[in-house]
Amino acid sequence: MDLILQLLFTGIGIGAVYALVALGFVLIFRATNVVNFAQGEFSMVAAYLMVVCVELGLPYWLSFVIALAGMALLGVIFNLGVYYPLRHRTYLPVIIATIGASILLSNSVLAIYGPQPQVLQGWFDTPGIQLGPVYLDSQYLLIIGVTILLVLFNFWFFEKTLLGKKLQATSQDKEMASLLGISVSTMIMITFIYSAVLGGLAGILVAPVLFVSIQMGSTIALKAFAATIIGGFGDVAGAIVGGLALGVIETFGAAYISVPYKDGFAFLVLIAFLVFRPQGIFGERVAEKA
Amino acid sequence: MSASDNMIPAPAVRSKPLIIRHLPYFIGAAVLVALAAGMQFDGYILNILLQATTFSIAVFGLSVVLGLCGQINLAQAAFFGFGAYAVGLGTADLHLNFWLCLVGACAITLVAGAFLGMSTLRLGGHYLAMVTISFQQIVTLVMINAVGVTHGPDGVANIRRPELFQSSQSYLAFCVAMLAIVGYLVWHLPDTKLGRAMRAVRDNELAAGVNGIDVFRTKVSAFAVCAVLGGLAGGLFAGGFAYVSPDQFSFAESIQFLTMSLLGGVASPIGSVIGTGLLILIPEWLRFLKSVPGLYLAIYGLSVILIIRFMPDGIWGFVSDAFTRWRAHTKAPPVAGALHLKPATTGGDIVLEVTGLSKHFGGLKAVDGVDIAVKRGSVHALIGPNGSGKTTTLNVLSGLYKATSGKIVLDGTDITNMAPHQRTAAGLGRTFQNIRLFRSMTALENVEIGAERPGNTMIGKGDDALTERAMEALTFVGLGSRANELISSFSYGHQRLIEIARALASNPTLLLLDEPAAGLNSTEKLELHELLKRIAAQGLTILIIDHDMTLVSEAAQHITVLNFGRRIADGESMAVLRHPDVVSAYLGSE
Repeated sequence: MDLILQLLFTGIGIGAVYALVALGFVLIFRATNVVNFAQGEFSMVAAYLMVVCVELGLPYWLSFVIALAGMALLGVIFNLGVYYPLRHRTYLPVIIATIGASILLSNSVLAIYGPQPQVLQGWFDTPGIQLGPVYLDSQYLLIIGVTILLVLFNFWFFEKTLLGKKLQATSQDKEMASLLGISVSTMIMITFIYSAVLGGLAGILVAPVLFVSIQMGSTIALKAFAATIIGGFGDVAGAIVGGLALGVIETFGAAYISVPYKDGFAFLVLIAFLVFRPQGIFGERVAEKA
Repeated sequence: MSASDNMIPAPAVRSKPLIIRHLPYFIGAAVLVALAAGMQFDGYILNILLQATTFSIAVFGLSVVLGLCGQINLAQAAFFGFGAYAVGLGTADLHLNFWLCLVGACAITLVAGAFLGMSTLRLGGHYLAMVTISFQQIVTLVMINAVGVTHGPDGVANIRRPELFQSSQSYLAFCVAMLAIVGYLVWHLPDTKLGRAMRAVRDNELAAGVNGIDVFRTKVSAFAVCAVLGGLAGGLFAGGFAYVSPDQFSFAESIQFLTMSLLGGVASPIGSVIGTGLLILIPEWLRFLKSVPGLYLAIYGLSVILIIRFMPDGIWGFVSDAFTRWRAHTKAPPVAGALHLKPATTGGDIVLEVTGLSKHFGGLKAVDGVDIAVKRGSVHALIGPNGSGKTTTLNVLSGLYKATSGKIVLDGTDITNMAPHQRTAAGLGRTFQNIRLFRSMTALENVEIGAERPGNTMIGKGDDALTERAMEALTFVGLGSRANELISSFSYGHQRLIEIARALASNPTLLLLDEPAAGLNSTEKLELHELLKRIAAQGLTILIIDHDMTLVSEAAQHITVLNFGRRIADGESMAVLRHPDVVSAYLGSE
């Protein structure tokens, strides 16, 4: 029982990271109808920026701000370099271009920084607290806390602010939005910046738990994508629930079934969902086509 | 069998058999094989050639699935690996015959590809991209971790070759021969029935479905073909290099295959060979790049973005575009005779009987308990103000929407629950309000797909008969002389005529026309009216939906009027148009 609680805590902590990246996926998908296969690389790049800043001797909070600012810039470059020139083409060229971008980003970092995985200190000096039978790692607590805050922020931002509503209008009907005086390209730019920052945040938060490595991006991204399908593609709540569920499934799978195949569980669950319930837990909102 | 063959008179002009027309290709291939066998290469060159040859075959697979059918596969390296491990483990550990292992490699990848395709191809492209990546990752995990079977990261050594091709030189010649054979098949594929179906699915899934193509099966076939070519290539690769390990079949390799395919031109096997050759040779020339880990793959990633941005059709795409433009000016095939429509007459007097048909979207009753009876040989019109449920009715009839309740009987067959392509096979032909032609094909090819409808009794066997039927249909609508032009060079009105020709070529029992006059100018409307008369004169039953009252009242003998999803009038044309409910629905009541 103690072990189960402990695993549940760890699973939710990891799942919260998947949920953050999944949120970034969903936001870009809703705004552009494109799945950004480089979403995970945003996390990886942010983690490396963080490592670089901390090694330069900057304070942790300043490194954090610089890394996130760097991600915002990357979001701009990504939009202008990868998405924008292809915006009038079908989804297939765009997917392939984002895959290209993912390879470019991860291998550029590899070329600059070498294959050796890096270690990033956690935010807190205290490693964690013992609560009854469960040991609560401070970094996992931070991840869960930040995720809750972000989900609340996300809700407030999209439902209560004018900018959020403009973004929603853009994702639902670009032509109509532009006729109403909303600059569609600005909205898409904002979406890319926001989801790059979200992805970066996830990467920085998870870095002290995992090693900072070239592969961390693609691993996280694949699982976050699986989370969006499990939750129901294109659905914000689905992405979060799917991410948490996946984190828990994976942690329990590793503990009770097999450690080497830990990364395989997510994909097996994904394929099972695709076969038996492709619309996901919450159901993809697909309009019938005419 | 032989009796029916005798019934079909041989066409006057018979083109030369395919094998003769393609003789230059085979002579060229034979020369290449002889060169590969005869020239003395040193080991380094030999390895590069062997790699290029086997990789090209795997990339052919991508040109089928991505180029022809428009579906993405990011696990080609996994299928390549399946083939390589089948031959590797089979010959090295189990001491089986090479040929047996090679056949096994193809069989395993066929099953794996078909299974993967069947589980995801019903869903959109993003899912497919994701699932193939997942599959790729699982395969890599298994190769590394299932040490008992795969030898884990150590890989498989001492892979054997067939007795016949023991020397590297002769094995290379064998691989080049395989490349030539597979290349020929892939090159010829677009002009076969399956290949046309794949292109149709790529260009417009919806239109492909209503023209009698089983979209799902076509996609699965394309995916399975791609997987098998990957498996075959992997098997040959394993034999060539005698050693394989998991890192040769990783996700990065899948991306490399994709890049090769995109660079050369995804639509053609020639492009595949160009792309593969370049991407194997260029890195060899730029070996120094490999000294910095990652730099080399980073350049790959950048090239993918640049190719997609600036050269969407690849290197070969540039060349073949010019060729296509030249071909548009070539003469259209000869027309043997006039188009004959011979609608099937198995049922009774009523061709289409719709009873109590409803389609609800959530709470909205778009169509609510509608009855329609279309008499054989008549022109029947379905009219109604905007939002009355006309197009929804048509979409339910052709199977794009599933009926909430009610029954649709076509010529005695209950088609209520059939998929669109099955209804087409049962004798339904339709056109769309927003034209849905296969845009990357010529007018003739579009109409050929219509003529290929399963159950079309009006065409003989073989490609010549198909072309003949399609030419007849195109000539019938007045566009026969422009058969070889691409769809994009036709005006809107002419595209509509091509859509009608596509439906006519299939010799339907019932023709559904969805607002055929929409967007036409007055001359074009007159031409359309004439065309409808000529179609009706051949006894084909037509159900037409349109706003144009002049067209409807002159062409149709019978009119059904919908409003707010319900039938408000039905009967002989003039009587219906004077019906007070109809007048108030269109003009508003006083």
